[in-house]
Amino acid sequence: MKVSPFPAAAEHELANVQLRRNLRAATDTIQSKRARVVAELPDWEALRDAGSEIKADVLARLDELLVEFETAATAAGAHVHWARDGAEAGAIVARIAREHDVDEVVKVKSLTTDEIQLNDVLATAGVRAIETDFAELILQLDGDWSSHILVPAIHRNRTEIRDLFARTIAPGIVSDDPADLAEASRVYLRERFLRAKMGVSGANFGIAETGTVCVVESEGNGRMCTTLPPVLVSILGIEKLLPRFDDLEVFLQLLPRSSTGERMNPYTSLWTGVTSGDGPQELHIVLLDNGRTRVLRDEVGRQALHCIRCSACLNVCPVYTRTGGHAYGSVYPGPIGAILTPQLIGIENASSLPYASTLCGACYEVCPVKIDIPRVLLHLRAEAVRARGRSAERLTMRIVGWTFESARRFTLAQRVARTAQTPFARGGLVRRLPPPLSGWTRSRDLRAVAKTSFRSWWAGR
Amino acid sequence: MRIGLFVTCLGDTLYPETGRAVVTVLERLGHEVVFPAEQTCCGQLHANSGYPDEALKLVRRFESIFGSYDAVVSPSSSCVGHVRELAPELAPRVFELSELLVNRLGVEDVGASFPHRVAYHPTCHSLRVTKVGDAPLRLLRNVRGLELVPLERAEECCGFGGTFAVKNAATSSAILADKCDAIEASGAGYCTAVDGSCLLQIGGGLERRSGGVRALHLAEILAATESA
Repeated sequence: MKVSPFPAAAEHELANVQLRRNLRAATDTIQSKRARVVAELPDWEALRDAGSEIKADVLARLDELLVEFETAATAAGAHVHWARDGAEAGAIVARIAREHDVDEVVKVKSLTTDEIQLNDVLATAGVRAIETDFAELILQLDGDWSSHILVPAIHRNRTEIRDLFARTIAPGIVSDDPADLAEASRVYLRERFLRAKMGVSGANFGIAETGTVCVVESEGNGRMCTTLPPVLVSILGIEKLLPRFDDLEVFLQLLPRSSTGERMNPYTSLWTGVTSGDGPQELHIVLLDNGRTRVLRDEVGRQALHCIRCSACLNVCPVYTRTGGHAYGSVYPGPIGAILTPQLIGIENASSLPYASTLCGACYEVCPVKIDIPRVLLHLRAEAVRARGRSAERLTMRIVGWTFESARRFTLAQRVARTAQTPFARGGLVRRLPPPLSGWTRSRDLRAVAKTSFRSWWAGR
Repeated sequence: MRIGLFVTCLGDTLYPETGRAVVTVLERLGHEVVFPAEQTCCGQLHANSGYPDEALKLVRRFESIFGSYDAVVSPSSSCVGHVRELAPELAPRVFELSELLVNRLGVEDVGASFPHRVAYHPTCHSLRVTKVGDAPLRLLRNVRGLELVPLERAEECCGFGGTFAVKNAATSSAILADKCDAIEASGAGYCTAVDGSCLLQIGGGLERRSGGVRALHLAEILAATESA
C-alpha cells in the first residue's frame, strides 16, 4: 500500500467549499464541547499523565501482557488467534464464518477492521459484512470511506444522506430530518441484527489481567452486534491492551471527554469469554500486529501506539479542519494519521504525511495520552529525508547549512539574493516568483530583501 | 546588563527594522545591546525540515557565539524555543523580547506611544513551545494610545509552518485566508505578533488583499513614540 502525496490530495479536497464548511461547523462544535467537559475536571492533567504512563508501561512489556491476556481470555472460554498482518486476520475471520456456514456478519464500528480492509477480504470469501454504525452504514451504502476517526461521514450532510437512503435502503424517503433518517436505518438494521449468526467487532481496550474486551460507543448498535449473534469475533490491535481492569478508570474518563465531549459515553460494553445462556456462545479474539511491532521498535515513534482513537487532535488541527480526512489517504487521518500511517506501512510509502503539519502543537496540547505529535513528526521527517537519499532538497539544505556556518558566506548570500530579486521586487514586495517558490506567491506577497540588512546598519552605527 | 541580540537570519535579511526596534527599546531602558557579527541562523529551518544533524551544528555555533552574554534576546519566539530545546545549558539565558522585558527585567511600560487599533496574534510557538504567556499583552496594554482589539480564533495557527508554506502551499493559503478574514473583521489597523516568520505569512496575505491592514512586529510598536 502506498499513500498518494498529501499536497495534491489536499489541494483537491480544498476545492470543495461545502466540505470545508461542514468540517468547520462540526469540528468547532465537538472542540468546544470537549473544552467544556475537560475544564470541569481539576485533575485532567494528572489523568493525562496517568494515561500516558500506563500506555508507556504497556508498550514496554507488551510481550508478557499479551501472553497474560491470552491465558486469561482462554481460561474464560474465548479462542485467541494471532495475526501477523491484515491478510492473516482476514483469513481467520473468513474461516470462522465458513465453519459456521455464515454468509452475513454484522459489524461494530471499528477502525482496526477498516485498517485491514476486512470487509473486502470477507466479500472475497463470500461473506457480506454489514456496517451497523450509522455513519459507517452511510459510507458503506455509498461506496465511500471514512474521513474522521469518530464521525466517519463528517464530510456528508443530511440532504446527501437522505438522497443516498432513497437510492438504497429507504426508497421513497423525503424527509432529511435526523430522526427520520435514524428511523430508516433502524428499520433496515433491526432485521439484520435479528437474523445475524455472527458479529464482528474491534476493541477499544483489552484487559490483560482478566482477558476482557471493551468497546465504547454512542448508538447501542455495537452492543446489538456483540450480544445477539451466537458467534462473536473481536479483532484487537496488540497495542490496545491495559494491564489491569482498574486501569479502565483512567481511560473511561479520558476517552469520552476527548472524543465526543461527553462526561461518559452512552454504551460501554465489556465481555470476558463466554457465559452459558447469555450472549454469544462462541468468542474469538484475533490479536493483530499489522506493523505495530515495527512501530514499537522506534523509541521516539512508538508513542503513536498510545493513541486511543479519540480524534481530539483532528478537531483542533488547522490542516485537518481545512482538508478533511481523505487527503491523508488512510483510515487514520489528521495529526495522528500523519505519524501513525508512515510508521505502520513504512515511511517510503507515506513520505509526504510527516510534512502535512504546520507544527503548531495544538494536537499535543489536547492529546489525552500526551503523544508529542510535533516531536514524532520531526523525527519522521528526518526518516523521510534518509529514505529518499539524494535529492535536490537535500542538496539545497546542505548548501544553506554550509552558508549559515559562516557569517561571511551568509552576508554574501544576502547580497546575491538582493541582486537576484531585482526582476521580481517592486516597492519592497515580491508578488511573483518562479517554482518552487511560486507556492508562496500564489496567495501571498513576499517581503523583499532589505536594501540595508540589519548587520550592515549595525556596522555603520 | 549586557544583552546579546540574536536578530535571526530572516530578521537580518528581510526585517532589519524589527532588529533596530529591539535595540531602540532596550537602549531606551538603559541596557547595553551587542550584536555579535558572527551570528547567522539558529538551525530551526533544518530541524523542522528533517535535517537534525545540520540543525545541531548550527545550534552549537549559536552557543559558542552567545555563550558569554548575561542574556540573549531575540524577536522570534520560535527560534528561542528551538535554541532552548537543543542548548539546555544556555536555555535560562535566552529570551524572546517580551519575556525579557516582563519576566527578566520586570518592565511592562517601555514608554511607547502608538495611537492605533491593534490585534494581537499569539503565535503557536510563543504559546506552546516558548510559552511567553501574556507578556506581549501586558506590554501592549501599556502603550499610550493603543487600542487592543479582540481577534476571533486568535490562538489558531496562521498556516506558515516553515517549508509547509511552500510544500503545502494550497493548505497553507487556506489557513491564512481565515486568519486574514479574522484580522480584517477585528477592525484593527495593525496585526502584531512576536514571530517574524508568522508575520511574513500574515503580512504577505494582508498585502496581497490590499485591505490596508498591516502586520507589524511587537518590537516596532514598543519602539514607537508617535503622538496622536
